[in-house]
Amino acid sequence: MTLDLALQYLVAGLTYGAIYAVVAIGFNIVYSATGIINFAQGEFVMLGGMIAVQLSASMPLPVAVALAVVAAAAVGALVEVAFIRWLRKPTVLRMVVITIGVSILLREGALFLWGEGVRSLPYFTGDEVSSVAIGGARVSPQVFWVLGTVAVIVVLLEWFYRRTLLGWEMQACAANRDAAALCGVPVRGLVTLSFALAAAIGALAGAVVSPITYTSYAAGGPLAIKGFTVAILGGLGNSGGAVAAGLALGIVESFAVSVLPAAYKDVVTLTLLLAVLVVRPSGLFASGEAARLKEF
Amino acid sequence: MAGFRLPAPARVALLAVLVVAVQLATQASGKGFYLTQLTMTAYYALAVLGLSLLMGYAGQISLGQAGFFAIGGYTAAFLSTVDLSAGRGGAGVALATRLGLLLSRPDLYGGTTLGVNPWVGLVLGVALAAGVAFAVGVPVLRLRGHYLAMATLAFGTIVSAVVVGTQRLGAADGISGVPPFPFLPGLRIGGGGADRVANYYVAWGLVGLAMLLLGNLVGSRTGRALRAIHGAEDAARAMGVDAARLKVRVFVLAAAMAAAAGVLLTHYVGGIGPSESSVMKSVRYVAMVAVGGMGSLWGALSAAAVLEFLSLRGVFGAHDDAVFGGILLLVMLFSPDGILKIPARGLLERLRPRPARPGEGS
Repeated sequence: MTLDLALQYLVAGLTYGAIYAVVAIGFNIVYSATGIINFAQGEFVMLGGMIAVQLSASMPLPVAVALAVVAAAAVGALVEVAFIRWLRKPTVLRMVVITIGVSILLREGALFLWGEGVRSLPYFTGDEVSSVAIGGARVSPQVFWVLGTVAVIVVLLEWFYRRTLLGWEMQACAANRDAAALCGVPVRGLVTLSFALAAAIGALAGAVVSPITYTSYAAGGPLAIKGFTVAILGGLGNSGGAVAAGLALGIVESFAVSVLPAAYKDVVTLTLLLAVLVVRPSGLFASGEAARLKEF
Repeated sequence: MAGFRLPAPARVALLAVLVVAVQLATQASGKGFYLTQLTMTAYYALAVLGLSLLMGYAGQISLGQAGFFAIGGYTAAFLSTVDLSAGRGGAGVALATRLGLLLSRPDLYGGTTLGVNPWVGLVLGVALAAGVAFAVGVPVLRLRGHYLAMATLAFGTIVSAVVVGTQRLGAADGISGVPPFPFLPGLRIGGGGADRVANYYVAWGLVGLAMLLLGNLVGSRTGRALRAIHGAEDAARAMGVDAARLKVRVFVLAAAMAAAAGVLLTHYVGGIGPSESSVMKSVRYVAMVAVGGMGSLWGALSAAAVLEFLSLRGVFGAHDDAVFGGILLLVMLFSPDGILKIPARGLLERLRPRPARPGEGS
């Protein structure tokens, strides 16, 4: 493999990896606040892309993307209010099955609304043939939009959790829900907010990446599995770990395609997921001490 | 509820009566073609029963049941359609033919092809699924909750991706032209309309047999141990239940049942496609177990029989997946113990006259 080609694979890997990282962060946000793995997280990414495509037909692109994010956030909040908020002490099995049911309904709803076709937004700058030369590789400007958006999401989230009162309250809610409630933190509202926030960032990523990867009603499922793999690799609840693991997974996948048939690309990820779950379910970066306190 | 419960053999006898009655009814009403879907329903029900044991009794979720079904089905389809007649002169093929491992049959063009005996496919398919289940189950069943769900989902997705990505397995088209299975002398699984009634009885006979055996299992010491694991695994272990081992065994048994169902259904319909391995199929199996009620084999059987038959008849049309997703969601939201335990019954019980308060005259 020439250096140029390797660089090309690297850039492709980073692009996909950035999206996996965002999906993983979505898992983390909801998991931290509720202890639930939301199996419908991938569908929010799909919704972001699909709604933005729909809206962009009748309004400027930035407005369409912004409204798509707001709409997805509303769907996220609605999912929490309708299906999760009022359950009293649900078992994990029950929550898993409920969020799977939600993901199927969102997917089938998208199929009903938009059909089976593959859709995408126009390129934000330039078009499908324009490219920027980096070293020997040709990189689409959209790649910079994706990487930039993901970077902004990560930085803003970090600022939100560290510097704002609301962020502190969410951290308190994650650390100990009952104690937070006793201190006057509006726990229930924060849980709804966490679903909305996870949906919003997923939708934003879904809209920005759609010119490159395209989107369809069925795009959410595979993304959810990849995102979960990344969330586990990085350690559940650890967003910095998710970014590192996401980029790493994207790159591994990208190079795997160069030696394996493309149809087996997902097999690589999934095998990795199984291996990590079995060998080190606390993630690559977690301390063994903390892991022993959790239950897998 | 301290209601009256029929003993398992009596229930199986009741099932037999029902099966015969349905067959006679379809014959009398001239709707014999219903039996085709009812036969397919029976095979899917076998896969659901395996999952019911795993989820309902042992409390371990699996989103990979369709993967095992596909392993069985594809093994059978691949082995019985592969043509070995080119190797007819070889010693190995001659020996295998003499041992009955290979069967020659007429092909479309009037010649004969030499394929693997479906019995070999059945044994290998089930063994392969059981082996894979053991290899996957030993490490994965140490996980709980979300982690187990995702791990089994990953397994199911791997099987699906491999099937779709492998040309030798027909990729997106699947394998067709699978010959009938000479199950007993004069009785073939598959073969279209002529053998329809016989096939119907074979399939439901197998379901009855499975119910009898599984009924014994869940009523035994092992069954009680499984329910103990479901309730509180640590407590069960403290009582001397080897939880890890039991969970793997049930996982393997569930996989073997799904694989056997896959083999038989593939021979019955004459082919298999990648949709049988899809995660959505696994979710459907979970939905049927959930509707029937966790920890109720008869509930799971009833749910599978009704839902699968309606689905195969095309009642849900293009919204098949949405219907199953919706059913799953509704059951889990409002009645996680199955629809036989909907809150309405509690309501009915509360409608009885309240007991008199102390000191209240009557």
